[in-house]
Amino acid sequence: MIPEAVTQDPVAASVLAKFADAVVDGHANLGELTLVVNAEQIVEVCRHLKDDQGFVRLSSVTCVDWHPQEPRFEVVYHMQSLQLKNRWLRVKARVSGDNPEIDSVYSVWRGSNWYEREVFDLYGVIFRGHPNMKRIMMPDDWVGHPLRKDFPTHGYRYSYVDKD
Amino acid sequence: MAEIDTLTPISEETEAGTTRKMTLNMGPQHPSTHGVLRIILELDGETILKADPDIGFLHTGIEKQAEALTWQQVVPLTDRTDYLANLSNNLGYVLAVEKLLQLEVPARAQWMRVLLTEITRINSHMVWLGTSAMDVGAMSVFFYTFREREEILRMFEFFSGQRMMTSYFRIGGLALDAPRGWQKWVEKFLKIMPDRIDMLEGLLNENPIFKRRTQGVGYISLEDMLDLSVTGPMLRAAGLQVDARKDNPYSSYEKFQFNIPTRTENDVYARYLVRMAEMRESLKIIQQALEGMPEGPYTADAPKVVLPDRERMKTQMEALIYHFKIVSEGFRVPAGEAHQVIESPRGELAYYVVSDGTSKPYRVFMRTPSFGNLQALEPLFIGFPIADSIASLGSMDFVLGDTDR
Repeated sequence: MIPEAVTQDPVAASVLAKFADAVVDGHANLGELTLVVNAEQIVEVCRHLKDDQGFVRLSSVTCVDWHPQEPRFEVVYHMQSLQLKNRWLRVKARVSGDNPEIDSVYSVWRGSNWYEREVFDLYGVIFRGHPNMKRIMMPDDWVGHPLRKDFPTHGYRYSYVDKD
Repeated sequence: MAEIDTLTPISEETEAGTTRKMTLNMGPQHPSTHGVLRIILELDGETILKADPDIGFLHTGIEKQAEALTWQQVVPLTDRTDYLANLSNNLGYVLAVEKLLQLEVPARAQWMRVLLTEITRINSHMVWLGTSAMDVGAMSVFFYTFREREEILRMFEFFSGQRMMTSYFRIGGLALDAPRGWQKWVEKFLKIMPDRIDMLEGLLNENPIFKRRTQGVGYISLEDMLDLSVTGPMLRAAGLQVDARKDNPYSSYEKFQFNIPTRTENDVYARYLVRMAEMRESLKIIQQALEGMPEGPYTADAPKVVLPDRERMKTQMEALIYHFKIVSEGFRVPAGEAHQVIESPRGELAYYVVSDGTSKPYRVFMRTPSFGNLQALEPLFIGFPIADSIASLGSMDFVLGDTDR
């Protein structure tokens, strides 16, 4: 159920009007408008937000791991409108832990490139249609995704293996 | 004449006069990459055809470590991301957590935070100016800027006891009240700095070598920058007036009078002018903060969050209990999420914190300006000669600790 504080907001209302079944949840706690969007429709919603609502700047893409809950991952997008400079929006998409895949928003904002690579590297969420989906922080032959909650914070096993 | 014995065979293209592409590895230990940045360049003669930045050499898993510590213990970690603007990082994090706690910070703490983050901005711009001017051949600027920076670091030591890793801002206020006599230090600083900035501008503004190396170099269109998540002085040098201090005022920035300097040339020289003007604006803010510094407490009245002072802890039972609880277990933060944007010297710094209601953060995401800005490296490099790329690299003003976290 989407709360009234969200449906009354003009940005959220425009998304709801155009993609009625795409928005599955939302809140406006602490004055921060948040829309939880169906992962399949993330690219369409983002394109609408950029082209029609003026969210020209993508600030960041990140992820939260809710292990062992399902859907496990929450991919979080923060964006800012330039006409209304203090207008910020958070869009979230939930992705399952068994098959962590979501469409890349690279076609909407090229700035998502490194952020999506970072999420892939640290969480293992694969972005379909990304031009260069490889690790960015960890070595290429690292095993596992460090920011997942089931990855230990410290331990004895040094998982980097030098191939030479 | 004897035939010259060459070790490497001369290729057919070279002999025929047609060059071939060369792949060159720059960094991660290259002096002009300002840290451990590796760039794989593809060259045609001197011209760059392709630039592939490789980051992650300084990845220390700060976001992972933060999840294993209590909310307060994360503050020293934020110091270690952008090690030239520590107090800006502290500020972004504590503001995000205070937003989640819905904690009102007293005016004195807010103004002191503004004063110190503006000094941090000057500190960071001084290091940027020294290193990037040295990259294009103006060696002496480096020595002057590091002299001014030394003054600032000594001031930070006076305030917090630390030169660089200050951790001076705490959730709910400041670590300590400002030491006795701090006004004199800041006054002295305000008195000498305008002349010093004049002198630095005198060294560079009309310097023909500096102008030739920077004017018209490193152009990237504003649309590209917005698309690539570039923020901060680079956008302002392209004529866009964006600054989180004005757009989304935090920590009582709305009470200060200052301008956002912009240029329209959108080259390395314009970025230099924008940053120099920003330092003067920072001095204005520091002057106002010094004159109007409110009296009163320096921490919020929240005994469950803020450590009690020593005197009360020794004499009052409740204070002792809270002290024990905060130190041993930490304080609980209501479940939820908060996003706080601040203007760091490098651009937009945002902290996204998620709490599950326990005394440890569930997720701390740092949207660092260097990471976003570095995405513009490829369009800044392509089509320019290598020598220009050094100037463009300096004008981006990134810190690799900030990029890799």
